Amino acid sequence: MTETNQPQQPPQASQPSQVSQADDPAAPDAAELAGRERLSEPVVRTGMFGAEGTPDTSGYGGLQVRQQPPVFSSRPYGSYFDDIADALGSSLEQSDLSFGDAVERVVVDRGELTFHVRREHLPAVARRLRNDPTLAFELCTGVSGVHYPLEAGRELRAVYHMVSITRNRRLRVEVSAPDHDPHIPSLVDVYPANDWHERETWDFFGIVFDGHPALTRIEMPDDWKGHPQRKDYPLGGIPVEYRGATVPPPDERRGYE
Amino acid sequence: MTAPSHPAGGASAPDGAEGRVYNVGGADWDEIVAAVGEPSDDSHGEERIVVNMGPQHPSTHGVLRMILTLDGETVTELRPVIGYLHTGIEKNMEFRTWTQGVTFITRADYLMPFFNETAYCLAVERLLGIEDRIPERANVIRVLMMELNRISSHLTGVGPFGLEVGASTVFIYAVRERERTLDLFELITGLRMNHAYIRPGGVSQDLPSGAIEKLREYVRMMPKQFGEIRALFDHSPVFLARTKNIAYLDLAGCMALGVTGPMLRTAGLPWDLRKSQPYCGYETYEFDVPVRQSCDAYGRYLVRMDEMDQSLRIIEQCLDRLEGPRPANDPVMIEDAKIGWPARLALGPDGLGPAPDHIAHIMGQSMEALIHHFKLVTEGFRVPAGQAYAALESPRGELGCHVVSDGGTRPYRVHLRDPSFNNLQSLPAMAEGGLVADVIPAVASVDPVMGGVDR
Amino acid sequence: MGVEESLPSGFLLTTVEKVAGYARKSSVWPATFGLACCAIELMATGGARHDLARFGMERASNTPRQADLMIVAGRVSQKMAPVLRQIYDQMSDPKWVISMGVCASSGGMFNNYSIVQGVDHIVPVDIYLPGCPPRPEMLLDSIVKLHDKIQNMKLGADRDQEITDLEQARMRRLPLVASLRDSVPGTTAADAPEGTVTGP
Repeated sequence: MTETNQPQQPPQASQPSQVSQADDPAAPDAAELAGRERLSEPVVRTGMFGAEGTPDTSGYGGLQVRQQPPVFSSRPYGSYFDDIADALGSSLEQSDLSFGDAVERVVVDRGELTFHVRREHLPAVARRLRNDPTLAFELCTGVSGVHYPLEAGRELRAVYHMVSITRNRRLRVEVSAPDHDPHIPSLVDVYPANDWHERETWDFFGIVFDGHPALTRIEMPDDWKGHPQRKDYPLGGIPVEYRGATVPPPDERRGYE
Repeated sequence: MTAPSHPAGGASAPDGAEGRVYNVGGADWDEIVAAVGEPSDDSHGEERIVVNMGPQHPSTHGVLRMILTLDGETVTELRPVIGYLHTGIEKNMEFRTWTQGVTFITRADYLMPFFNETAYCLAVERLLGIEDRIPERANVIRVLMMELNRISSHLTGVGPFGLEVGASTVFIYAVRERERTLDLFELITGLRMNHAYIRPGGVSQDLPSGAIEKLREYVRMMPKQFGEIRALFDHSPVFLARTKNIAYLDLAGCMALGVTGPMLRTAGLPWDLRKSQPYCGYETYEFDVPVRQSCDAYGRYLVRMDEMDQSLRIIEQCLDRLEGPRPANDPVMIEDAKIGWPARLALGPDGLGPAPDHIAHIMGQSMEALIHHFKLVTEGFRVPAGQAYAALESPRGELGCHVVSDGGTRPYRVHLRDPSFNNLQSLPAMAEGGLVADVIPAVASVDPVMGGVDR
Repeated sequence: MGVEESLPSGFLLTTVEKVAGYARKSSVWPATFGLACCAIELMATGGARHDLARFGMERASNTPRQADLMIVAGRVSQKMAPVLRQIYDQMSDPKWVISMGVCASSGGMFNNYSIVQGVDHIVPVDIYLPGCPPRPEMLLDSIVKLHDKIQNMKLGADRDQEITDLEQARMRRLPLVASLRDSVPGTTAADAPEGTVTGP
């Protein structure tokens, strides 16, 4: 049960990853399909130690680790997740949006519900989540960013966690944007609490929140260049000097991956 | 000051003078003041002063910078500037193993290290899928340490609150009580602050012998000590004048700004994650959630004092559970050899180190144990890919940890949703329109910790 | 600074040094630069159990202009560094700096883009105090050592000589890592500090 990336083509909503082929004996079974899906993912790491510059004699040099394929959860989602999806779907229909248009993927993983929402529909979805009495997600605890440089077209993610106090529920909304066009609509009108969170996400990831009243750096100095928590930004440490030797900074050391 | 009535350096205005000229004839002070208050053509109307408070300032709870625009004594605009303590903890954790991440995240909000650790460990355990396999004793110890931490954190909130409004005795009392709590931390975890005690899978070591007696002594003694602080503050007219109806933030404001914790409970909403979405077995403890309706700084102080009393109640229940007869095998770390931190620490002649029986086990008895120990310490365990968000009720509000894993031995991304970061946004809403002197109690009643705000 | 500075070197100057040193160390006012976790331990040192008032130092000078000692307690971020320097510049001579904690001394566990790897990049430090965070007793020990240093500080002509001697010694000392040794001209292997690794 893993979800870290998406395949190249945008998928339909709630597409199951397993196909039951009970009647055709020559057709590939579920295990083989999963294996093929896995092998079609790009290679993320080779070798085990991240060793560069020195020869890797461990025997793990030929190891190729591939990315995990995306997870699509299908109905029924379980516990209160179906209620949320139904309520959101019927609420969106009042403004002529279907659930499948707004939400491109639903993931139910480890007891948590995640809606992957298309960025152009994010403000509408957020407004529904807050205002609709059957949903009632009054509290948005914040937005943070994640950078997946290996997923073409969906590198930058903004993750919102919502809490419904009246119904005691939690929800995660995830929005993606490509590196070359890192714009996501701002939710400050809907949830004013996101003001500083969006500034922080801009500061660390470079995600521009359109409609934010004052999108400036908040943690780094105002004239800082670069967005530090992106994966292509180095950790920036210096070598540690001991008596007689130096140790490279943490991001350049050999490590077990 | 307002537009000058004389040009610079001149004692009397010559003809053709610039600015307004006031002719003072005596007994017409009211006229002068009224005249000064009127906007003239070329002045700005009211003079605003921009005052910069901080980042190094004794009353700002750490390196918080506030830029105030004042009109006389009234604050017309307050802009908090943060980031002076940004440490890059979240990025640092991406280059360390999952267990080493605990030592980093414990220093984010340095007044509630156990809460940081527990939020992170709960999220990691959810990703590992071992949430229901954490040993019972480990959960009880986690609750115990968190409630002790809640007391020490609230004391550090109330003490400097007192210092900032001028009551230095309260500061001394609070620091004294906090020292008693830190003694307990040192006894149990080995360190006074930033413990790295709660690790994915359980806690790092069991309570030492004699700890329960000391904890009982502590629980017996503390209500009187809290009473001393209350005696100084609860009905003090000076304190009431400085905090009653100051820094008002009602429920609508709290909801709009995403404020949780004592600030929300002072606005009348009894939302406490320990009751509504319990973790670590909190549903089995009996305690109340103190709520006030006053929405002001005084109410927040009272809520924090009441929460400390409730924490003592929970600690007593924890001690009852820890003190009972124990089964033969009562671990505090998950029994899974591929996840649970292997070292058993014990106090030896040269300090805290690996227990001799653990060393005998891995060196003499079990090759597997040696290999597990080696692999866990050098490589760490692998967490299946996915993401999880674990939230708990910290002394400042909802502390959440969002963890993303890509299947490796290191976190892919860790984000700490710190309550102070959120609650500090409400400072302009509370302080604008009030007096300058009310900004200090407002900040103190939010009780921000800049380590958590900036991370 | 004062008339004592213009005394010629000799017996009178040494007596004045002793008296001035004693006076200075007995009334140090810290400009507490409490930043992070170490600030909490600094607060605890000012509390009732570990009593900073025994040195007369519980009266922290809120304005740096009247402070003698800057205790940099906590991690200094890149954003905070100019502020730190500004506060240091506002202090008047004589002034001393204790860098409390490993984050202030060397960057600590945070070897990254946002933390200054040691405040000695920004201000001259007199006492380095390791610990994460250091216990209040350790801070008291460092203050005692600082008092020692203040007591033995020389004045006037002796001070100039002392500074020159220290500089010469530092310039001659080789770095601990052999590969960096070539960058220091005019030195020999005999100047290396004890324990330096020699060889390729």
